[in-house]
Amino acid sequence: MTPFLEIAVGLVLVIGSAFSLIATLGLLRLKDVYMRMHAGSKAGTLGSGLMLIALAVHTGEVDVLTRALAGVVFFLLTAPVAAHLLAKASYEVGYRPCSDTHIDEMGKRDT
Amino acid sequence: MTGLFLINILLALAWGAVTGSFAEVNLLFGFLLGTMALYLIREQAGSDRYLRRFWLIFVLAMTFVYELVLSAVRVASIVLRPKIELKPGIIAYPLTVDRDFEITMLANLITLTPGTLSVDVSDDRSTLYIHCIDVPDKQATIDDIKNSFERKILEAFR
Repeated sequence: MTPFLEIAVGLVLVIGSAFSLIATLGLLRLKDVYMRMHAGSKAGTLGSGLMLIALAVHTGEVDVLTRALAGVVFFLLTAPVAAHLLAKASYEVGYRPCSDTHIDEMGKRDT
Repeated sequence: MTGLFLINILLALAWGAVTGSFAEVNLLFGFLLGTMALYLIREQAGSDRYLRRFWLIFVLAMTFVYELVLSAVRVASIVLRPKIELKPGIIAYPLTVDRDFEITMLANLITLTPGTLSVDVSDDRSTLYIHCIDVPDKQATIDDIKNSFERKILEAFR
């Protein structure tokens, strides 16, 4: 592996971990479950995706590459669905958005 | 449409058989060659729409990735701010797409874009409820989604 590629892999790994860290910070700092879902579903997905791609490039084998790509695709497919279901479930059981929330059009429907 | 896709796969397999190697890379190359062959006979076989759709789905996938990066950066900038001052809200989004898998796709795209998260679909499939992390102007957000994703999905699958 060329030094250039190694530096690139290292950089992507660091950026990926930074996004995962930010996702965690977001869980701690944001105010209610819906806002936390934003941090978890976006920064988290990008972080793990980047790290998987870095791993694939690092090994440089086709079978690892296909598995890593499959992993990234499944992350992209499942993270939004999971976030959506969590948000829906929390709303159904009556967890209301925090007091900063200034519009809630879901509250208005069929009640 | 599906027929042409199967023909394309068949061409890829034929390429694998002729070159004597069914390695992934070779099959992928065969698939690309098959697409090119279909492009050459586009007027006879009517593969124009097929290729166009291929391209549009590719564009949609790239938009998906691009928006994900953008939204992760935005979330990062919000989280790392010393003082978090936001105006979150749940808005009702009137849907134009009506097929189930299109709604699913739009909901997923919305979840992966900056500051929006789909929460629920109304029972009659006409409204999507979206949680926005920061929504100073509700109509602007709705217009934004209408003009980018929903249009792209309609283009790719209609």
